[in-house]
Amino acid sequence: MTNLTRTPALALGDDALILSHRLGEWAGHAPVLEEEVALANIALDLLGQARILLSLAGDEDELAYLREERQFCNVQLVEQPNGDFAHTIARQLYFSLYQQLLFDHLATGGSELAPLAAKAVKETAYHRDHAEQWTLRLGDGTDESHTRMQRGLDALWRFTGELFEPVDALDAPWQALRDEWTARLTAVLERATLTVPQGPQHGAWAAGAGRQGLHTEPFGRMLAEMQHLHRSHPGATW
Amino acid sequence: MTTIAPEESALEAVFDATVAADERIEPRDWMPDAYRSTLIRQIAQHAHSEIIGMQPEANWITRAPSLRRKAILMAKVQDEAGHGLYLYSAAETLGTSRDELLDKLHTGRQKYSSIFNYPTLTWADVGAIGWLVDGAAITNQVPLCRCSYGPYARAMVRICKEESFHQRQGYELLLALSRGTEAQHAMAQDAVDRWWWPSLMMFGPPDDESAHSAQSMAWKIKRHSNDELRQRFVDICVPQAEALGLTLPDPDLSWNEERGHHDFGPIDWTEFWEVLKGNGPCNAQRITRRRRAHEDGAWVREAAAAHAAKHGKADQ
Repeated sequence: MTNLTRTPALALGDDALILSHRLGEWAGHAPVLEEEVALANIALDLLGQARILLSLAGDEDELAYLREERQFCNVQLVEQPNGDFAHTIARQLYFSLYQQLLFDHLATGGSELAPLAAKAVKETAYHRDHAEQWTLRLGDGTDESHTRMQRGLDALWRFTGELFEPVDALDAPWQALRDEWTARLTAVLERATLTVPQGPQHGAWAAGAGRQGLHTEPFGRMLAEMQHLHRSHPGATW
Repeated sequence: MTTIAPEESALEAVFDATVAADERIEPRDWMPDAYRSTLIRQIAQHAHSEIIGMQPEANWITRAPSLRRKAILMAKVQDEAGHGLYLYSAAETLGTSRDELLDKLHTGRQKYSSIFNYPTLTWADVGAIGWLVDGAAITNQVPLCRCSYGPYARAMVRICKEESFHQRQGYELLLALSRGTEAQHAMAQDAVDRWWWPSLMMFGPPDDESAHSAQSMAWKIKRHSNDELRQRFVDICVPQAEALGLTLPDPDLSWNEERGHHDFGPIDWTEFWEVLKGNGPCNAQRITRRRRAHEDGAWVREAAAAHAAKHGKADQ
């Protein structure tokens, strides 16, 4: 593994790892049994991607369990708490649209990430479809579901700009990806009778915050839970 | 006093002959009302157990100590939701609905396996559940693959395959702990100490106190008595515990040459009945969590229904 690939492998691996963890928190709480299966399925796909990517960068468990908050380089979007089902779907829609576009691009390139991306595009297309279908149902369902879906989209909007900040050593047409993402998102939200949120696509941190290890407050608590057992038994194997 | 209409007694004769010939009863076949209601109760409670059983294990998903273990645990909890779905479908072939059955679970009118009212206090509990709880479930369920009711028997074939896989993974988890550091070994032993007796209780009350056994065996819903299956389970577990390097918490456990089985100590049936009545360590917590997931999800289900009504099924 070249150092050139380590940075993007960690960035994309952390995205998948952290979102998988958040989806894992849904187990036993989903609104219907079919969603228990679907959310766990997506979480497992993402965990699989994370394991491949982190293994490209080093030892998967050392990287997942022994790094501090400031060393994680996932985007802030994926670390946001689940909120209600609409909030989770909004996060899933923003992220899976982005991930599908990026992996589609990487799959055809010659980088060391191409094989992973080629495998993951199929999973990501399913994740995107799942998020879109629920966006349509919730947006164009009842008044309550419409309100909740719009609220979820609005609340998470400020974490979307970071998705298209260039990642070191990852060659991608970031502006074109962003334009395509915006166009596809707009089309889905229109069909769902929802509005594309207005306002800045960044929070208080400077652009690229998560990628540089600058995270939001809920993230530290999530890591504490995730890493606690592993850190309590230094050197143990499981 | 009611007299059985001639055609009904003929139907009953066909049913009896089908069961006697070890053939399957299918959803459209005539069946006695009591056979139908017994099966609905049993399959529903089996489905509920899968759904409630997700909770003690999901409790550790966010804390699993390696990514490999985390993936295995997530896949297992996902399988349990899938098993719940198969079983609700099997129950629906008998003329009930998933909504109705879930409502009975949420209002305490139908039960789930008493084992899931015990807490998962350490990571090793995930292994003990796989080895002992899934092991006991498999011992109970393999004979159900030959149950007289076709849809239930076929669901069990699929479920038993996946359960055997989970059981091996649980065993392997405990083996890793048992061979690990001193602290890991102690964690594994403590989990086995806490889960052993509750696992033996999964086979139900002793044969002389089991209300439904005789009829279920006559109908070939059940193939073996509670005590027979419990004995089989103990005989399987003793050598497995030795291979694990862990002990079973029963001073009376010993090989009985004459019987060709292991003798084991008395089960605390008072505890069993208390847990069954709702007084176990986690009964209130488990049902509250399940009810809350259902209530919190009501608006999502309403949205899906409203969307389908506007756009037709094609858009679903």
